Amino acid sequence: MSMNSVGRPTTPQAETAAGGFASLTGGRGLLQDEVLIFEMGGWSKTGVDLPEASISADELGDLVRTDPIGLPGLSEPETMRHYVRLSQKNHAIDLALYPLGSCTMKHNPRLNEKMARLAGFADIHPLQPQSTVPGALELMDRLAHWLKTLTGMPAVALTPKAGANGELCGILAIQAAHKARGDDARKVVLVPTSAHGTNPATAAFVGYSVREIAQTDDGRVDLADLEAKLGPDVAAIMVTNPNTCGLFERDIVEIARLTHAAGAYFYCDGANFNAIVGRVRPGDLGVDAMHINLHKTFSTPHGGGGPGAGPVVLSEALAAYAPTPWLTYGPDGLVLQEEAIGEAAGAFGRMSAFHGQMGMYVRAYAYMRSHGSDGLRQVAEDAVLNANYIKATLSDLMSPAFPDGPCMHEALFDDSWLDGTGVTTLDFAKAMIDEGFHPMTMYFPLVVHGAMLIEPTETESKQELDRFVTALRALAQAAKAGDTDRFKGAPHLAPLRRLDETLAARKPKLRWKPEAPASMAAE
Amino acid sequence: MRYLPLTPDDRRQMLGAIGAGSIDALFVDVPKSAVLDGPVDLPGFAGELEVERELGALAARNVAAGSVPFFCGAGAYRHHVPASVDHIIQRSEFLTSYTPYQPEIAQGTLQVLFEFQTQVAALTGMDVANASLYDGSTAAGEAVMMASRVTRRSKAILSGGLHPHYVQTVETLAHAAGVATERLAPAIDAEDAVIAAIDGDTACVVVQTPNVFGTATDVTKIAAAAQAAGALMIVVTTEAVSFGLLKSPGEMGADIAVAEGQSIGNALNFGGPYVGLFACKEKLVRQAPGRLCGETVDADGRRGFVLTLSTREQHIRRDKATSNICTNSGLCALAFTIHMSLLGEVGLRKLALLNHQQALKTKIALGSVKGVEVLTPRFFNEFAVKLSKPAAEVVEALAARGVLAGVPYSRLDPHAGLDDVLLVCATETVTDGDIETFKTQLAEVLA
Repeated sequence: MSMNSVGRPTTPQAETAAGGFASLTGGRGLLQDEVLIFEMGGWSKTGVDLPEASISADELGDLVRTDPIGLPGLSEPETMRHYVRLSQKNHAIDLALYPLGSCTMKHNPRLNEKMARLAGFADIHPLQPQSTVPGALELMDRLAHWLKTLTGMPAVALTPKAGANGELCGILAIQAAHKARGDDARKVVLVPTSAHGTNPATAAFVGYSVREIAQTDDGRVDLADLEAKLGPDVAAIMVTNPNTCGLFERDIVEIARLTHAAGAYFYCDGANFNAIVGRVRPGDLGVDAMHINLHKTFSTPHGGGGPGAGPVVLSEALAAYAPTPWLTYGPDGLVLQEEAIGEAAGAFGRMSAFHGQMGMYVRAYAYMRSHGSDGLRQVAEDAVLNANYIKATLSDLMSPAFPDGPCMHEALFDDSWLDGTGVTTLDFAKAMIDEGFHPMTMYFPLVVHGAMLIEPTETESKQELDRFVTALRALAQAAKAGDTDRFKGAPHLAPLRRLDETLAARKPKLRWKPEAPASMAAE
Repeated sequence: MRYLPLTPDDRRQMLGAIGAGSIDALFVDVPKSAVLDGPVDLPGFAGELEVERELGALAARNVAAGSVPFFCGAGAYRHHVPASVDHIIQRSEFLTSYTPYQPEIAQGTLQVLFEFQTQVAALTGMDVANASLYDGSTAAGEAVMMASRVTRRSKAILSGGLHPHYVQTVETLAHAAGVATERLAPAIDAEDAVIAAIDGDTACVVVQTPNVFGTATDVTKIAAAAQAAGALMIVVTTEAVSFGLLKSPGEMGADIAVAEGQSIGNALNFGGPYVGLFACKEKLVRQAPGRLCGETVDADGRRGFVLTLSTREQHIRRDKATSNICTNSGLCALAFTIHMSLLGEVGLRKLALLNHQQALKTKIALGSVKGVEVLTPRFFNEFAVKLSKPAAEVVEALAARGVLAGVPYSRLDPHAGLDDVLLVCATETVTDGDIETFKTQLAEVLA
């Protein structure tokens, strides 16, 4: 079987381009070079038909902008073509498997998009009278009910705008709880060395110092180190479970017990909730706060980087410290409580304007309903099954970081198997592109040297997994056979070859600027 | 289960390949006490038709802005979005792609971000912009934290014209981090009070224009006063369309400009997702939060784009990062950029003037109603009026009559003693007939 029938070239003219053929115009066949909108010359154009205003801006006097803004306009056909051409230079989950560890990329059903665009959800204002949006409040309440039930936690704050924003919410709630009981001595947050970078960044951002907890040889939190570092100065521990090594923290209940005994709270990074949804409730493990990345577990689309949504479930101990606004039941039904009053005044305030990511709530809820209680349990089972299948079928060629026992939703390898081949982890990842797959997560988690983290998710079929495994095995064999050119020059078949990231950082060019006229350049 | 491709036979074969006797064997590390025996107490799966029916029924219980005369603003604005915008952002390659960490196969997203950053810098009159933040309010909070890092000072002065939700968002972050905030009393047009509040501890002043009462202000003097005292000037704008008509933050001396970008390309969405615009002077960029996209070349010397200056970011710097943010509002920024590309400078200026025109018409109409006093002297598309009855009651009464009349200031800030103040906004989506209906109904309710 030839390589190209296994992988999928990402451009129509890939083989000729790889053969060193150069087109006369710089494009690669039907995949054309696309200039920036600022280079199209549309300085006097607009692609929107608007009526002429019948007034001038006289009343605004000297507040009126007189300088040229510097924005080109495109007609509608030019706009369509420009952005559709750009879209063709992107990989996406709808094209193929996205084996990113810890950043779940699963199928994004278009039903969710359709529902989020219903005028009754998309075309409502956050501050129109609550009496005119009972359906929106009901949707938020149903989403909250599902999240609380799935996690076994009594309260949820819906408003955080992304996973990291949810972490911030959880840590702020913990800070508020300590403050409420007059405990001002707690200045430290414990974070395992394997944690997502957002965990220490979040703790530091609100004034905590971060103390790292070591990891055992089998990839879990070192209990002895944890005990040694817990004390009256510790406000919280932040643990990801399943963790970033793709493993379930076996001692999680004990971690929670020790943390609580020391007077601290247990924050769980719920980024990997998709591995256990429907099978394990974090509330049963002793968690006090956990954010849920809706895009990961409930498939809201990643959109090239966002928007996200990061609701936070809270234990009884922290429930009173949820940020505003929250839902309550009034005599006339659901009410969105927009200001903390009475006992709730101990809450820490507001995370952002308005009520959070409504558009994401609709998508996530549609996904939950589409699966139901039984289906979500199947989600976790299939996610874990698929990851273990990857691990089992690649372990003879690549080196699993934790060979003993099953993994959860992602399979972690290290790069020791590449020793002596002259191929780096980065080279290998870029070569995956030539085979039609997005690279796996590399160099993370930091505790594993040359980490290669693969998460297939539950929406991949066995056939697709087999295609992926076949491609990776072929690549691994090529690396071991000394075919280094294949790797050093990779990717060969992408819209662009390997990009110079060092240059971009050394001489940051963060916006387009008009070329200086030739006469000025000559001076 | 239409989203799950594995068949029972696949599962059996795969368990065999793994060497596991059952799926439970893969969950062996979970403490027995924590494993659920069966499904949690929630409904079973629903087919596509059933989900559409349920959500359709919920959506139908809400009054959509487009179905009535609609005058709400206060930080979220209803504008017409060309059909091509939503079509393009729903293309799989944009909608279902990941953060562009592998630039060779994410040039679509990256070039869009580069165009977005250029547009935002131009609109705000600043040197550089980032690839977007969550929304305007969180961007304001990040700007205050950044100013505190840059100046090594720990007090922020918040103008009385700053949107109360933005005030609360800034306070949440600042107080947790030990940065003090001084919020000035709400005032229609009292930005000079900001100058008086500046002292040697001031890290930054945060001024909104047009402010929450709609007042458009030239903040040049405030910027000069802040900078003379060694503080940074942060200018907040909640209505991005105003950049088409009003002097930019950069032109007025801002060090950091933040804005809500929802107005361009994005729907109301009941408050989110929105898109935070963040721009600053070039010398500050290494202290900026969030993602940045930069230009570079590939191995063949062809122009390309990558995420850059990531040594500021949490995945590299961990507890020393400039923020904990690891995402942006990518898809909303894409919508912004497409809509902005369609408008161009010509279209944006026209759109802005149309907004101003409809708001002026609304002001004249409402000003003629007995019991209405227009408070805002100079405004873009939004203004405050004082009513002869509590604004919240009037808004409810008008909602019952099929008019969404605006936002009572007390909804944003119940303790300001401004219960009779109503914030009214008119965009290009408001027709002359809507204005006439609003006027007639308001006159009856106030009579």
